[in-house]
Amino acid sequence: MLPMQETVLAPGVLLRAVQTKKFKNALLSVTFLEPLTAETASPNALLPKVLRRGTQHCPDMTALSAALDDLYGGSMEPILRKKGEVQCVGFWGSFLDDAFVPGGTPLLEQATRLLGQLVLEPAGEGGAFLPAYVDSERENLIRKIRSQVNDKLQYSLSRLREEMCRGEAYGLDKLGSEESARAITGQSLQARYQELLQTAPLCFYYCGSAEFARVEEAFRQAFAGLPQTSRRPLPQTQVVARPAGPLRRFADQMDVTQGKLILGFRTGGRFRSKEEIAQGLLLNAVYGGTTNSKLFLNVREKRSLCYFASSSLAQNKGLLQVYSGVEFAHFGQAEEEILAQLTACQQGQITPEELETARRSVISSLRTTLDAQGRLEEYWLNRFVSDTCFQPEELAQAVEQVTLDQVVQTACRVELDSIYTLRGKEG
Amino acid sequence: MVKHNYQQIGETLYEEHLDNGLGIFVFPKPEFGKYYAFFATRYGGMDTRFQVDGQWLDTPMGIAHYLEHKMFDTPDGGNALQTLSATGASPNAFTSTAITGYHFECTDGFWENLRTLLEFVSVPYFTKESVEKEQGIIGQEIRMIEDQPGWQAYHLLLEALYHHHPVRNSVAGTVESIAQITAETLYQCHGAFYTPANMVLCVAGDVDPERVCALAREILPQQAKPPIPRDCGAAEPETVFRREDSRAMAVSAPLLQLGIKGTPAPDGPSQLRQRFLGELACEALAGSSSPLYRQLYDQGLINSGFYLGYMDYPGCAFLLAGGESKDPAAVRDAILAEGARIAREGLDDGLFQRLKKALYGMYVQSLNSFANLCVEQAKGYFANQDPWTFPAVYEAMEKQDVERFLSNWVQPERTSLVVIRPQEEAQ
Repeated sequence: MLPMQETVLAPGVLLRAVQTKKFKNALLSVTFLEPLTAETASPNALLPKVLRRGTQHCPDMTALSAALDDLYGGSMEPILRKKGEVQCVGFWGSFLDDAFVPGGTPLLEQATRLLGQLVLEPAGEGGAFLPAYVDSERENLIRKIRSQVNDKLQYSLSRLREEMCRGEAYGLDKLGSEESARAITGQSLQARYQELLQTAPLCFYYCGSAEFARVEEAFRQAFAGLPQTSRRPLPQTQVVARPAGPLRRFADQMDVTQGKLILGFRTGGRFRSKEEIAQGLLLNAVYGGTTNSKLFLNVREKRSLCYFASSSLAQNKGLLQVYSGVEFAHFGQAEEEILAQLTACQQGQITPEELETARRSVISSLRTTLDAQGRLEEYWLNRFVSDTCFQPEELAQAVEQVTLDQVVQTACRVELDSIYTLRGKEG
Repeated sequence: MVKHNYQQIGETLYEEHLDNGLGIFVFPKPEFGKYYAFFATRYGGMDTRFQVDGQWLDTPMGIAHYLEHKMFDTPDGGNALQTLSATGASPNAFTSTAITGYHFECTDGFWENLRTLLEFVSVPYFTKESVEKEQGIIGQEIRMIEDQPGWQAYHLLLEALYHHHPVRNSVAGTVESIAQITAETLYQCHGAFYTPANMVLCVAGDVDPERVCALAREILPQQAKPPIPRDCGAAEPETVFRREDSRAMAVSAPLLQLGIKGTPAPDGPSQLRQRFLGELACEALAGSSSPLYRQLYDQGLINSGFYLGYMDYPGCAFLLAGGESKDPAAVRDAILAEGARIAREGLDDGLFQRLKKALYGMYVQSLNSFANLCVEQAKGYFANQDPWTFPAVYEAMEKQDVERFLSNWVQPERTSLVVIRPQEEAQ
């Protein structure tokens, strides 16, 4: 167990910290939660990138990099995550843990101060961002939105979500659209920044060797300038049932040699409590989440219909996605086999070995969360977004308790909504 | 068994050498719930030509990777990947240019899993049918990586930098080359390279090192065959094979891949020193706190995805830069000019001191990862060096060393530029 301590620093401002000496680095993050909307997605994506360009103290990248070098190879990077229909906007930083600094100079206060300056004291004059920073980061954002097509698998997954969830916030990309990015001005970004600072609920996170009291003091000092306002409640994700009507099919053609086949399913409910998450994780592991799953063993190994076939569960939105890389000639057969394996789960054709193997894999992954800085931070962010507070170990124990019946019932909630294929230009 | 204490970085290491020639390294990790084991052979994509009993043997490109895939088949008709993951472990393997490594991470059943790992890697089992079936799967994998612009860029660069060094080989081979692989060739390669004297076992976790050695003694062959000499081809000129190359692919912006061919250091401590020196030189030349990085970023010639690093494989060493750029040739020219400037005017002392601090801290932080610890240890063992002497190596590094390195390496005739262009431009 790695106990997590938390305290409310101000209404809507939470600090969560894990104290341990097992890591070489200390990790800290700050995350603002925003509802994902077409209007704000791009400005929210752009904001931390502009802030990362310079502070009042370190007004340019070179000065900032020098400050990070002084944290013994520290990093302080914008991080943008999409959890259901919540856009998580913030910074994520790592620096050498105080225990390993030659000469014993403590770095925590220095690192937290830098984080505070990045968020609260951007470079610029008279309350405006430097136009050059806004312009170049807006160009970078546009370029990044365009270059998403380079990663064919991620692009295909994103296209499925866009088409299947058209009209729902979940269909929006976390970077927003090229048009909305292009429309951002220095002024509109400044307004977005002020609103985010004043209204968005946020969470600070720390994991390292320092005691809680010292961490709390460091954050209080570094973020003393954070507006003392009443913040919005945590943003929510709308879960909808599969719309009535036939299966929807979407396809793109591109110059690729391997096709992508993506299936989108709805479960009609979110996975929030530890029992619900445990059941969802276990079904996903049995069906397509591991190398012992039905999809891997049957679609890939037994029938060689694809190079890979996996499933993943979007807990907050209640969606299950299957993604697969296939030869164009095998699209039909692969789809059939992927659906046949889901039917098998729904009909309870899951052997005790399959269930136990899946269970061991899910539990192992939860327990090793405690051994990895990045995954632990992500775990606690997920708890913040869903307003829950259980430990990885508690979730692991819930997974121990899940019965075959519960897995089958969860499988029966899974309904195919849409299929997306990425095909080659010829044939 | 020898126990090493590396106090400054908080690591303890047990080292043992078995009579059959196997090297064993154990990092005890009492605070962690996970275990990691890495079993590797000094055999990779570059090793297609080798001597057996005085006879030269030429094997198809991609065979080391193919062998890695087939090793998971066990004589009882099972598959080691499934056996390991049935316990909740996450097993995997990789083939790089110079190493093939098999590994797993787990929380339960470590000894059972270690036994499985040692057994399946040391006992080959191939049939005509299973070898033919794998051709489809690996063929798909090859097609998938060939679709990746980043992979294409890297591969074209190696072909441009080197006249004949086998680092030019694609690790996975081509669809044509793997068609020539037979069960017999696989047995020959396994017999030659998978001998204990050519291998290393590294473990991290809360384990008794003696028990790791006892299990390896029990399972692996007793007989000590000599390690197999490596063939790096004919002597490589200092200048590049091709200064420029390009290809059109489905990318949104041009991708640049720049290589600077250097002089490799022989195996041993000098190679380790050159690696750290090379990394320092890269940071000084175009790292994020260097003057050039800022200049290129401000001109919009690079974005935050830009990187420059030092790479080495047996018999070769080069600097590698990459990223998206609207004008790749301008980036190359600026890097060459900056190398010449530093050689002429010298390196800023403040920058040098900060970079030393930063690289030291980053390296220590990277040791959080059990995989990094074990892989670094394995590479060090194969190259006859102790990677954990790095604090002293950094300490001894002088500013003039970096200046001399840059003045020797950063030369137009040592430089190759590869550009992946968007397809529209090509027409």
